[in-house]
Amino acid sequence: MTVEAAVPPEAPAATEYDIRLIGLTKRFDDVVAVDGISLDIDRGKFFALLGPSGCGKTTTLRMIGGFEEPTEGRIELGGVDVAPLPPYKRDVNTVFQSYALFPHLTIFENVAFGLRRRGVKGGDLRRRVGESLELVGLAGLERRKPRQLSGGQQQRIALARALVNRPRVLLLDEPLGALDLKLRKEMQLELKRIQADVGITFVHVTHDQEEAMTMADGIVIMNGGRIEQLGTPSELYERPRTPFVAGFLGVSNLLEGTAVAGDRVKLADGTEVQCPHEVLGGRTGTVQIGVRPEKLRIGGDAGNSLSGTIAESAYIGVSTQYIVETPAGPVTVYVQNDRPGGQVATGERLTLSWSPESTFVVDALEGSS
Amino acid sequence: MTSVAAEIGRPRRSTLGAAWAYVRRHVLTVYAILFFAYLLLPIGVVAAFSFNHPKGRFNFTWKGFTFSNWTHWNAIPGIQSAVVLSLEIAAVASIIATALGTLMALALVRYGFRGRGTTNFIIFLPLSTPEIVLGASLLTLFLHVSSAIPFGFWTILIAHVMFCVSFAVVTVKARLVGFDRHLEEAAMDLGANEWTTFQKVTLPLIAPAILAALLLCFAISVDDFVVTYFVAGTNTVTFPIFVWGAARVATPPQINVIGIAFFVIAVTAMLGNVVLQNRRAKQA
Repeated sequence: MTVEAAVPPEAPAATEYDIRLIGLTKRFDDVVAVDGISLDIDRGKFFALLGPSGCGKTTTLRMIGGFEEPTEGRIELGGVDVAPLPPYKRDVNTVFQSYALFPHLTIFENVAFGLRRRGVKGGDLRRRVGESLELVGLAGLERRKPRQLSGGQQQRIALARALVNRPRVLLLDEPLGALDLKLRKEMQLELKRIQADVGITFVHVTHDQEEAMTMADGIVIMNGGRIEQLGTPSELYERPRTPFVAGFLGVSNLLEGTAVAGDRVKLADGTEVQCPHEVLGGRTGTVQIGVRPEKLRIGGDAGNSLSGTIAESAYIGVSTQYIVETPAGPVTVYVQNDRPGGQVATGERLTLSWSPESTFVVDALEGSS
Repeated sequence: MTSVAAEIGRPRRSTLGAAWAYVRRHVLTVYAILFFAYLLLPIGVVAAFSFNHPKGRFNFTWKGFTFSNWTHWNAIPGIQSAVVLSLEIAAVASIIATALGTLMALALVRYGFRGRGTTNFIIFLPLSTPEIVLGASLLTLFLHVSSAIPFGFWTILIAHVMFCVSFAVVTVKARLVGFDRHLEEAAMDLGANEWTTFQKVTLPLIAPAILAALLLCFAISVDDFVVTYFVAGTNTVTFPIFVWGAARVATPPQINVIGIAFFVIAVTAMLGNVVLQNRRAKQA
C-alpha cells in the first residue's frame, strides 16, 4: 500500500552488517559503563540488547545514536565509522523512553520534524507524514498536541516520528517501559509487525527478558558492561553459556559437578550426567550443569536421572511447581497438569529424569573450585 | 488514657471543629481583603491624585476632579524627555540583560564547569547587595573611566544591565531546571543541528520564561532611582531622577499620571503573559 513498497528491495548480501561495533568502550570518570564490546548486527533484523539496569545497554544505544561519545572503539554504520559524527549526521533515529515528543508542536509537526530538516515540503511532506501515522494506526490525530494523547498513543507517535525518516537503523530505548502490561503486550506484537513491514534494522534496549524473547530475532545479553552471550532467543534459552545468562533468561537448575569426559559430568553425589559434546565444549574441572524446570520428568528414563524428595509443591493451574531435594542440591520441576489429580504429595520420594540434549553446561561459580 | 480522652473529645471537637472551620474560613477572607487593601491603597491614592486639580505647587490635598493632568501629561518642562529616556534605557537594558541572562542560565544549568558554583553565587550578589552600595561603587568605577565612557546614557545602561542580568538568570534558570534534555536529543536525532535545535525546540519552550524576564527587567530598570542617581552624571535625567528633583520644589500631578501609566502598562503586560500561558497550557 505504501509507495515505498513499490521500490525494488535491494538484495542484502548474507554478510552485510548494518551496525558493527568494534571494541566500544565508555568510561564515565572511573566507572566503566561499556567495556570494549564488539558486535555485528545484520541488516533488517530485530535485535534486542537485554540486561539488568546498569549493564551498559542504554549507554551502548546512546553511543550508536550519537548522544554519548565513545571513550574508545568504532561504531560502523554501513561500513562507515560514525563515532566522531554528531547525531544529526547519522542515518539513525531513536525512540526515546520518555518519547520526547515536542510539546509545543502538533502531532503533524512532530512527525514532520525530521522531513522538514531534509527539505521535504508540500504534498510530499503531507503524504509521508500521513503514511507514517497510518503505519502506527493513528491517522487523523495530526492537529492534536502530544499532551492530548494517551501514553500508548504518544509511544506510537514517537515511533512514527522516527520511522518517517526511513533511517538505516531504528534505536528503541525501553520504549514500552511506561505502558501498562496489556498495552505492552499489544505493542510488542505491533512493533514486530511494523519492523517486518518496513524492513529497517531495529535495535531494542530492554531489561524485560520476555519482551526481548517475544520480539527479537537476535538478542545480546549484557552484564557489567560486557556481552555475556549473543544468539537467537531459543539458542540463549536452550544453551546458555554462563551462569548469568542461565539465571537471567528464565529459571534454571544449576548443579555443580566435575567434567569426567567429553560428554559426561559427575555431580557432587556421584551421579553421572550425560550432555552433548559441544555443550561441555572441552571444559575440564569443576563446571555446573543446567536443566530447565519444564524439561524434567517425574519418573521415566530419559537418559539422565536423579532421585530426591519433594520438599515443596505449588499448584498454579496450568502446571504444578515442585522443589525436589536431591543429593546434588535442590531442583525446581514444572509438571504440566495434563490430568486431574496428578499431583505428587510433599515428602514423597521420586526419580527425576531428563534427556542429555536438554542439558547445558556453564562455568562454575567463582570462588568454588 | 489517650483513647479515653479521644472518646470524650470527639463529639465536642465535631461541633467546635465545624465552628472553628467556619471562623477560619471567614478570617482568611477578611485577612485577604485587608492584605490587598494594604497592598493597593497607596497605588489607589496615587491613581486618585492623578485626577486632582491642585491649587499651588503641591499635589497633597484633594481640590477637585480633572482630566487635564492626563491630557497635558507633558506640560511640565523636562518631564517628556525624562520619560522617553527612561523608556529607552529600560528597553535596551532589558533586552541586553535578558539575552545575556538566558545564555548564562543555559550555561549554568547545562554544563558542569570549573567555577560554576562561584558563578551561581556571584549572580546573586547584585540581588543582595544594598543598591546604595552598588551605586556608590559604580560611581567610583565610572569616575576612573569617565574619559572613555562619559556619565549619562551609557553609564546608566551599563549599570542597569548589570543588575537586571541577575533577575533574568534567576527567572530563566527556574524554567530550564525542569527541561527534558531528551527533547533536544530528539531534535538532533531527527537531523537538526545545534542552532536549529535551539531555534525550533529550546527557544520556543523557554520563551515564556524569557518573556517574563524581559518584563521583569523592564520594570526594574524603568523605576530605578538609587543606582541611576549615582551614575547619571549631572545632565542626564531619567524619570525617577526627574521626580526626585521636582519633589523639592513642587509635586505636579503629572508625576502621578506617568506613574500610573507605567503601572497599568506593566500590569497589563504581566497579565497578558499569564493569560497567554494559560491559554497555551489549555491547548496543549
